[in-house]
Amino acid sequence: MLKFDNVSMRYPEAGDVLRNVSFHLQRGEMAFLTGHSGAGKSTLLKLIAVIERCSRGRVLLDGQDLNQAKDRQVPFIRRKVGLIFQDYKLLQDRTVFDNVALPLVIAGYGHHEVSRRVRASLDKVGLLGKEKKYPVVLSGGEQQRVGIARAVVNKPPLIVADEPTGNLDPDLSAEIMHLFEQFQQVGVTILIASHDISLIAQMNHRILKLDHGQLVAS
Amino acid sequence: MMKHVNKKPLKQEPRWQTKISGGNFVDKCHAYRNLHAHALFSSLGRLVASRFSSAMTIIVLAIAISLASGFYILVANLQQLAGNLEASNQISLFLKDEISEARANKFASSIRQNPDIQEVKLITKEKALEEFQSYSGFGEAVKALERNPLPIVIQVLPKNSLENEQALEVLLDGFKRSAEVDFAQIDMQWVKRLQSIMEVARRGVILLSLLLGAGVLFITANTIRLELHTRRDEVVIAKLVGATNGFIHRPFLYSGFWIGFFSGVTAWFIVTIIMLILKHPVENLSMLYDDGFHVLFFGFTETLALLFISSVLGVVGSWIVLHFQLRQLKPE
Repeated sequence: MLKFDNVSMRYPEAGDVLRNVSFHLQRGEMAFLTGHSGAGKSTLLKLIAVIERCSRGRVLLDGQDLNQAKDRQVPFIRRKVGLIFQDYKLLQDRTVFDNVALPLVIAGYGHHEVSRRVRASLDKVGLLGKEKKYPVVLSGGEQQRVGIARAVVNKPPLIVADEPTGNLDPDLSAEIMHLFEQFQQVGVTILIASHDISLIAQMNHRILKLDHGQLVAS
Repeated sequence: MMKHVNKKPLKQEPRWQTKISGGNFVDKCHAYRNLHAHALFSSLGRLVASRFSSAMTIIVLAIAISLASGFYILVANLQQLAGNLEASNQISLFLKDEISEARANKFASSIRQNPDIQEVKLITKEKALEEFQSYSGFGEAVKALERNPLPIVIQVLPKNSLENEQALEVLLDGFKRSAEVDFAQIDMQWVKRLQSIMEVARRGVILLSLLLGAGVLFITANTIRLELHTRRDEVVIAKLVGATNGFIHRPFLYSGFWIGFFSGVTAWFIVTIIMLILKHPVENLSMLYDDGFHVLFFGFTETLALLFISSVLGVVGSWIVLHFQLRQLKPE
């Protein structure tokens, strides 16, 4: 599903951020990406979302070389990746429904289909009935659930989360992780960047560890 | 263990899906139309929501547009005035008082020999007096004169091919130097002058319009740039969940359209109100000159053109900003 093939990333101002990173995530696999701050976790995720392009090597998503993708293909690649952020990145002036509906509206779904899928997605994250609320009145855990609902509403084959529990207490974090496991069980590939070692250790999944841009454990 | 009832292969239902995926074709067409309608009205909604700043922008643009279109309508009115006056190259030769009619006739026939001349008409002193009496309204006063003060006049109409101003000037100079001629003039020279002034004014209006149009373009661009800045998060998030540039551009282009359109409408009202204020005194003035002059307002086509051009300027203005600024708006 997701394959890194000798990927290196060099920023002119920061030097090598990733060095010869290679790994392969199978379809339906769930993995954690760990490492100290500045180890290159964010950069690696940016390559998957085609926010950046690698300097050397290849990133293959579903067989497609992301480095070769033309700019106008990038939006369609991003529709295959559900992105989840530490700061949720919700639109504060839109309701929960509108936030979750955004990827569907962008993909050009009709009104009925949007409505049906948004409800299904909110149901999955346990927020059905809060469609009309604004993000600001929700707790941190609920806001992250909205973020997750938005990421999965378009049924992407891959979910990429960047420190999804970074702002949450341990109980809520465990709940969120459990939610990810449920998506994994229906065949979604999941990659979660996190430095919450104790939480990761409790869960029995593959761990990719970055150290100064190099993959030291996989 | 398995039921073997369904021997026929399962027929796959046709799926009308494009690469954007999701929904059937008709549903998608509706969705596309809805997207546009939504962008159209949500951008209008945002303009209304920020009433004060939108109003200021629109008024500034409307003043610029009304300056350009106001000058245009002013020139159109002057042209209408000048259009009533037929231009011709007719030259009038006023002969010296001592020239006899016989000599004048001889002089006239000598002019007829000139290949550049189309027509020569001699007006005798008596004929001139007659005309003067009947047209000028000074009939009684003229009768009181002891002798006819009017000179013999020869009206010379050069060939049409003699459009060239210089050739006409040479001809006129020739006549001026003749011993018989006291005074020679091209009758309608002032009309020509007026027309050249009009031409200058027309060009001026075009240049002014271009300048003000560029102003409108950049003011719109700056307004959209500010909007883009305030909605930065929205743009970044939309990009992250797979929005195409078209999807992101759309609401801003519609904002530009509305700003341009409303500025055009406001400009139309500004100019029309000014014309209404001026209409009465101008037509009074025109009555004094016994002229059938009527103040011209924006016609239907001109109104459409005004609204169309302002809307297009708005759209183009926002497009420029989107083209140059959106690339810099990268998600982090």
